[in-house]
Amino acid sequence: MIPSSWYLILSALLFAMGVVGFLIKRNLITVFMSIELMLNAVNLSFVTFAHEWHAVKGQIFVFFVMVVAAAEAAVGLAIIIAIFRSRATLNVDQIDLMKL
Amino acid sequence: MNEPALFLPLIPLLPFLGFLLNGLLGRRLPKALVSTIALAFPLASFLIVARDAFMILSGSLAVPIAEQSAPDWITAGALHISFTFGLDQLTAVMLLIITGVGFLIHIYSVGYMAHEEGYWRFFAYLNLFLFFMTILVLAQNVLLMFVGWEGVGLASYLLIGFYFNRDSAAVAGRKAFVVNRIGDFGFLIGIFLLLAHFGTLSFAEISKSIAAQPALQGGYITAIALCLLVGACGKSAQIPLYIWLPDAMEGPTPVSALIHAATMVTAGVYMIARTHFIFDRSPFALGAVAIIGAATTLFAATIALVQTDIKRVLAYSTISQLGYMFLGCGVAAYSAAVFHLMTHAFFKALLFLAAGSVIHGLSGEQDMRKMGGLRKKMPITFWTMTAGVIAIAGIFPFAGFFSKDQILYDDFEHGLLGHSIYFVGLLTAGLTSFYMFRLWYLTFFGESRAEASHDDHGHMHEPHESPWVMLAPLVILAILSLIGGWIGTERFDNFLAPAVGAAIDPATQPGGKTFDLDLSLVALAVSLLGWFIAHLFYFRKNERAAKLAASAPGVYSLLINKFWIDEIYNALFVQPALFISRYLLGWIGETVIIRGSAWLLAGITGLFGELFRRWQSGNLRSYSAWLAAGAAALLILAAVVLFGHYNFDFAIAWAGR
Amino acid sequence: MHLALFLIFAIFCLGGAINLLLQTHPINSALSLIVVMSSLAVLYLLLGAEFLAIAQIIVYAGAVMVLFTFVVMLLNVGEEEKTHGSKIAKAVGFPAVAVILGVIATIILQAQKQLGHVSLSDGITTTQELSRVLFHDLLLPFELTSVLILVAILGAVALARKEGHS
Repeated sequence: MIPSSWYLILSALLFAMGVVGFLIKRNLITVFMSIELMLNAVNLSFVTFAHEWHAVKGQIFVFFVMVVAAAEAAVGLAIIIAIFRSRATLNVDQIDLMKL
Repeated sequence: MNEPALFLPLIPLLPFLGFLLNGLLGRRLPKALVSTIALAFPLASFLIVARDAFMILSGSLAVPIAEQSAPDWITAGALHISFTFGLDQLTAVMLLIITGVGFLIHIYSVGYMAHEEGYWRFFAYLNLFLFFMTILVLAQNVLLMFVGWEGVGLASYLLIGFYFNRDSAAVAGRKAFVVNRIGDFGFLIGIFLLLAHFGTLSFAEISKSIAAQPALQGGYITAIALCLLVGACGKSAQIPLYIWLPDAMEGPTPVSALIHAATMVTAGVYMIARTHFIFDRSPFALGAVAIIGAATTLFAATIALVQTDIKRVLAYSTISQLGYMFLGCGVAAYSAAVFHLMTHAFFKALLFLAAGSVIHGLSGEQDMRKMGGLRKKMPITFWTMTAGVIAIAGIFPFAGFFSKDQILYDDFEHGLLGHSIYFVGLLTAGLTSFYMFRLWYLTFFGESRAEASHDDHGHMHEPHESPWVMLAPLVILAILSLIGGWIGTERFDNFLAPAVGAAIDPATQPGGKTFDLDLSLVALAVSLLGWFIAHLFYFRKNERAAKLAASAPGVYSLLINKFWIDEIYNALFVQPALFISRYLLGWIGETVIIRGSAWLLAGITGLFGELFRRWQSGNLRSYSAWLAAGAAALLILAAVVLFGHYNFDFAIAWAGR
Repeated sequence: MHLALFLIFAIFCLGGAINLLLQTHPINSALSLIVVMSSLAVLYLLLGAEFLAIAQIIVYAGAVMVLFTFVVMLLNVGEEEKTHGSKIAKAVGFPAVAVILGVIATIILQAQKQLGHVSLSDGITTTQELSRVLFHDLLLPFELTSVLILVAILGAVALARKEGHS
């Protein structure tokens, strides 16, 4: 018998760490991974509440989040490859011009 | 009411119509048509006035009458001011002078201004002046009178600066307007005080209100009277606001005759007579009026002694004679003052018009030192001007004798102050006679000192008589100067008594009529003495005048420089005002406020631009940081503001569950 | 039993997340993230979401993270360089994170009583239930996501192509 709040606290902690990673990491791919971490944390909290209130729709939403996250990962990594091709660096601090 | 129609509103409106026609269309109309318009409307006004006056005189009209000719003008709370014209004896007298003498001067101007470029403009302005002046005297409340007051100031400015190509004329016009403004400021304060204390501006109501309080004296009544006096000083060129009148001679001579001799400058006297019920309750204010009048009359007369420009002499003479009228008002002898106003209108207008005839005949020469010997060459001008000179000198049986004499007598009877003023008046009468005859001798007698003069057409001109269109008004005015006083002061006083209060009846004074005769003889003697001295100095060319001037160089310099009053005013008031306005307007207004605010606006925009530019750095990490901050802010907003009242009771908060 | 499972895998989650932050080479971060996702799959199972647990393993850990790993190895940038990009990031970002964490934690802790408990004996959401809702009530969003995936594929292919190809 574990209180649901523990799952939610875990979800909050994971989300916070995702944001921190987004702020301090310098490699573009790692930044992207932090975003995935954030999405996963939110998924966890969705599932918890779905269990709490016996709402299947909560799990459906997780399903959709996964789908979108996958699509986003694909496109995002494609963009990262394109950026690497033009700038030969993946350092976030050095990618600061709009022009290619 | 079954009174005959008076057509009061038409009296100002007809000249206004003339102003509109000549002002808007005059440039394109032929000169004959312009003249016809310009003469027809004042004539129509005069005929209406004459008819109304006749009805009053014959007793078929009970005055005073007040007609409201338009819906209410101002209605604010308890305050009602309307366009009310009214007719009583005082207004009738003033209207006769304004429209009658005005019409004569219009006729004269047809001849005098015949060669001027702005012929139509001149008559438009003259008609405009008549419009405002008639409003001034017809008004039954102070505000409407003030409209006329301001309007004649405007017309005066326009006409003084008629020759706008001349710097001196433009400056003189501006000076007249500004000095008048100072007087008007005092008048306005007086109006505000009247409004504050009486709640109404209608003469009849204020008069009734004061009459209902027999013990009302001094205090704020004095304040009101003094403020009104300031206004009168400005318009009637008394000390200290007379300085504009000599400079106003820059305008054409008919203007000087109409506005600055016969009518506009008498508006101050009219105003004091009209508001006599206020002045009667303030001995202090009346005393001030008398003292100002006395000081001005003597002061101006002394300056006139040495002036060389013929129009300047007449200007200072006007100031001096206005001082006489103020003397009369100052001892509450309002009808005497108005009587002198009437006779003065006749002979001063005559003098100015005759001077204009002389100037016209000499093709523009105004310096008396270059005149002389015109008696034979311009006989009609000579004889009419003689009538005017004798009238102003106050010599029996001409008009000036009666009116001036009445004022002096009323002064004498008025107690200690009156006595001293009487002597001032007497002395001034002598000086007046002297300088007027000096003018007469220098202009018409002796050898001609005129230089060979060229007129506008470029060929040599002999001094010649003026055309009949200019001479006819002179003749009529000369006749009026002769017979104008024969009405008799008693009949005149009785006529005006309902309007200005009963005059001091000499018969009731200790001593009765006999005093009147003695004082008259004294005054006459003084006038003849002045003539005699002028004869000695100026009849034949001699060195007496020059020797007298040389023997008292200080006094002479003081007089010929008009006591340096203009220079003193310039240093005391004009220069500081210019300095302050340059500082305020130029530096503070222009530089600090206008340029400063523009600079400030641009500076602030630039500053914020600099600030926000740094935000758009292109740096991903700073963007993400601000994103997180925004999210945190939204979170706090949602938790505290939007959902705070739920106190985290999610069972209720979750909608739709 | 439930408690032990929860604690172990929660610690795996947190450990993996912290490792992701601390590692300098991206491949290490990717591997840590795989650990996190797998642990999350177990936690889903504990919460009775069996389909999602498997989907998490197959899609996330098995496809997305593999894709990440491929790209890391393809680009092969190596360890992160230590550059200082922006002070603002630290000055504004960390307090923001703290605020977010604090607010959420406060809300959750305050609502602890209202939130229920999770136990192993709670029912499992069957795939049948899930699919009924998915294909019955939410058919339109489902179809739209398939369009989304199609667009993503096209986009990824277009973006990642080498330049110069016709």
